[in-house]
Amino acid sequence: MAAATPDAQSMAKRQQEISVADFFAKNRHMLGFDNARKAMLTAVKEAVDNSLDACEEARILPEIRVEIRKVEGTEDHFTMSVRDNGPGIVTAQIPRVFGKLLYGSKFHRLRMSRGQQGIGISAAGMYGQITTAKPVQITSRAFKSKPARYHELRMDLKRNEPVILEDREAEWPWSPTGTQVDITMKATFFRGRQSVDEYLEQTAIANPHASFTFIAPDATIRTFPRAATELPPEPVEIQPHPHGIELGIFTRLMHDSPHRSMGVFLTSSFSRVNSHAAGQVCKAAGIALSAVPGDLHPDEAEKLFQALQNADLPPPRTDCLAPIGVEHLLKGMHKELGAEFYSATTRKPAIYRGNPFQIEVGLAWGGKLDAEGAARVIRFANRVPLQYQLSACSSTKAVMDVAWKSYGLQQSKGSLPVGPLVIMVHMASVWVPFTNQAKEAIADYDEIRKEFKLALQEAGRKLGSYLKRKQAAAGQAKRRNIFNAYIEEVVRAYQSITLEDGASLRDALLETARKKTELAEKLEAMKHHEAPDEIEGTLVIGSDGLPVTMEEIAEGALLGPDGPSDGTESSPGAPEDLVEGDLESLASPIQSAAPHKPRGPREVHNEPSGPVGTTLNLFGEDEP
Amino acid sequence: MSPTPRKKLSTDEKIVQMAKTVHSQGLAGSDPLFHVPSRTLANVNFNEVKRIIEMGEGKTAREFFNLGQSKKFMQTLLVAEACKRLVHAGKTNSIRDLYYMTKHTISGTRENTFDDQAESDPIIEDLEVTLDSLREELHLFASNKGAMVGEITVVDGGDVIDARRMGTGGWSVPSIVEPDVIQFRECEAKFILLVEKDAMWRRLNEDKFWRQHHCILIHGGGQPPRGVRRLMHRMVNELKLPLYVFVDNDPWGYYIYSVVKQGSISLAYESRRMAIPNAKFIGLSSKDVETFQIPEEVTIRLEDTDIARAKEIMAYPWFAGKKAWQTEIQRMLSSKVKLELEALSAKGITFASDEYLPRKLKDKDFLD
Repeated sequence: MAAATPDAQSMAKRQQEISVADFFAKNRHMLGFDNARKAMLTAVKEAVDNSLDACEEARILPEIRVEIRKVEGTEDHFTMSVRDNGPGIVTAQIPRVFGKLLYGSKFHRLRMSRGQQGIGISAAGMYGQITTAKPVQITSRAFKSKPARYHELRMDLKRNEPVILEDREAEWPWSPTGTQVDITMKATFFRGRQSVDEYLEQTAIANPHASFTFIAPDATIRTFPRAATELPPEPVEIQPHPHGIELGIFTRLMHDSPHRSMGVFLTSSFSRVNSHAAGQVCKAAGIALSAVPGDLHPDEAEKLFQALQNADLPPPRTDCLAPIGVEHLLKGMHKELGAEFYSATTRKPAIYRGNPFQIEVGLAWGGKLDAEGAARVIRFANRVPLQYQLSACSSTKAVMDVAWKSYGLQQSKGSLPVGPLVIMVHMASVWVPFTNQAKEAIADYDEIRKEFKLALQEAGRKLGSYLKRKQAAAGQAKRRNIFNAYIEEVVRAYQSITLEDGASLRDALLETARKKTELAEKLEAMKHHEAPDEIEGTLVIGSDGLPVTMEEIAEGALLGPDGPSDGTESSPGAPEDLVEGDLESLASPIQSAAPHKPRGPREVHNEPSGPVGTTLNLFGEDEP
Repeated sequence: MSPTPRKKLSTDEKIVQMAKTVHSQGLAGSDPLFHVPSRTLANVNFNEVKRIIEMGEGKTAREFFNLGQSKKFMQTLLVAEACKRLVHAGKTNSIRDLYYMTKHTISGTRENTFDDQAESDPIIEDLEVTLDSLREELHLFASNKGAMVGEITVVDGGDVIDARRMGTGGWSVPSIVEPDVIQFRECEAKFILLVEKDAMWRRLNEDKFWRQHHCILIHGGGQPPRGVRRLMHRMVNELKLPLYVFVDNDPWGYYIYSVVKQGSISLAYESRRMAIPNAKFIGLSSKDVETFQIPEEVTIRLEDTDIARAKEIMAYPWFAGKKAWQTEIQRMLSSKVKLELEALSAKGITFASDEYLPRKLKDKDFLD
């Protein structure tokens, strides 16, 4: 496309200039700025994703502060302010990073990162400028030794070039280095589903090494503290695998190649192509190894491309992936979800269309989670929450494919399971295939769906195993409580009949009851063919908010009535109403904790299905 | 260890012994249990010689540390405790009173020891067999059910009752009719007629059937209670009177006859003082529809439960060997209909008094 005549060249240039502004005006829905409701979320998301990527690349534990302020005297103008403790941005780069569309370091490389296209933050600035005519404000300190600089930028939409309105020194008292970006835009502020709150909560789950502070327009502050101090491993940049590339990109790489021979081009531009393989491919395509890549005829290029696709090459490297990992999945969910049980699974890397990817699943069950209705699915791609297009996502389809009934949950065929459950799914990949440009749903490739399903099943089995144990423990406690209640009656009758003291009888019977139910519990465990040790990749939280071991569960430290329906007892005359009746009286105290307030000991959460983590007491002493 | 009471022990002592066994079992760390003689079909034998149902030796352990039995164990001890109090105070209570004596909410729960009398009544029966003590020995009685008129005079608690002068309602048969309470005086009756239900009994009383035919007319309000059965047993044996049973033509009517004659399965231990092996079945029989030209419109279709029950009854050992009975029940099954006593009214208001019973008696048209 390198045209020779000056006329054509200037024409091409003008076309490009117009297209950038046009592109945004006409396609802002593709970038997530289709309405005022979505705009604020998208802007915050772009800024926070950039901050996280920058911090991690600089190996800094991220501390991010998000503030949304309403612009005084307006109804629907808000200023978003996102500040990080990242490496900062050198002054020379600031105008282009924030004031030019499609400028970035991420598009042309294959490396796992949050942003992929480099449209995000400048698009947010452009949206703000279009809707409020306010400039983008950036304060950044890139060197500890130098003061921070403050910029105000306007975008020249016709030329896709930044215009610097102001550039001066500024105070930066918060961290050694860092960046703050302020964008004023037309937006609406709300909470709940698909809100900034939800985005930050989910981001906090997938990034337990980061801490977030959120200040809403009403000045309420919500903090998401860090739960892990290790940064995710640094992702490795890789060359594309030939099987994951398209003809158009292949030809462009070839023409742009600085290499003078085909052999060097193939071995240095692609992963998994050695000189032997390069020779085979060239031979198959009938092209000399010494041919100059830039000179190849389009027909020859296509032949070579086909030969490359047919070549028997080793699968792509997978060490470029940095999954969250089981431990961090558990920590992240635990700090934000307030559930009773967590399980997590990280699958081995797999390949779709030549791209390595890795699937992770976390499950949170019980505790504060809403027991009514379908499970909540939270989706992530490279640790970024996907908040729209739930049903279009490959992961959601995989969730519906899984038979959750076998793990002790309720589910109607082909729908989401029901109950106090959060299902977290994560795809880590150098190239996540989205269904659209706004990055809202993962495309439904067979290989990807299969991996999601396997990961869900793996995590589901752990949950099922826990629920079974819990049920067995609950059955045991129920038995013990029944015996204990009747012992009092028996002792009283004994005393009345014999006119003798029944204290020794009471002690003896209570002791036997304890032994009997212990045995019953062991028998129960044997029935389920389960070793008494802990289930790997799980976390169980007691009533005091601290992790519990499986042994403690067996001791009845953790009994809630909200397990799956109890199928262990069918003996006639078993007084079912005994335990239930007691629970009604226990369920009365309401102590609704403010979000993210540290949970105190023996806290009882008001939950429709009854309290969690509270031992049953049939004798009323501790009854509220 | 079950309390195997020796005869010399009083009821009071037997209850204390029972409680002490629980204590020693409990302290030994073993599972406290009672051995309760089973009151089931599997544990009854039909004594061919005496022609009565007798309870077998089978016993079921009622264990405290068994989820399905724990409550019943506790309930049994509660009933024993209440009986001990009655015996001690020298008072007698109805089984309904006993239900209220033992009913309370278990401390710390919302569960009751007993939820209704239907729960405590079988526990009393269990206690009777466990202690080998009769209900009256436990100082319990059931509420009166059943009435009697006829050519007999009895003494009830010292009062002379002339059953010929009991008006339309008759003498209410008490629950306990042992010789210390009830004695027999003048009797001109030649037989006893047990009528299943109050309605037919009233019909026959109004028609003064008992005076014309010189008999005692008694009903038990359905399945006769132990008081009525025991009274009939005494009259049959002490006054040498034959007993005829007049019931609906359906499986439930057959079973009333069966209980009166051989004794019941759940109270088999009472057979020896209640069963009347010489009792005869006077009707209604499945062949009566034809014999007496009873209109088809007053017959009732057999339900599935009727058919199942009829087959069960046919198989009982005391029916199995009787050809006439097999024919009777089989005929009902193939006709697919049953018949209530009141159906006889379709033939005329006094048909039962004037035609049906006199003809049956005259022809000795009975089933044995």
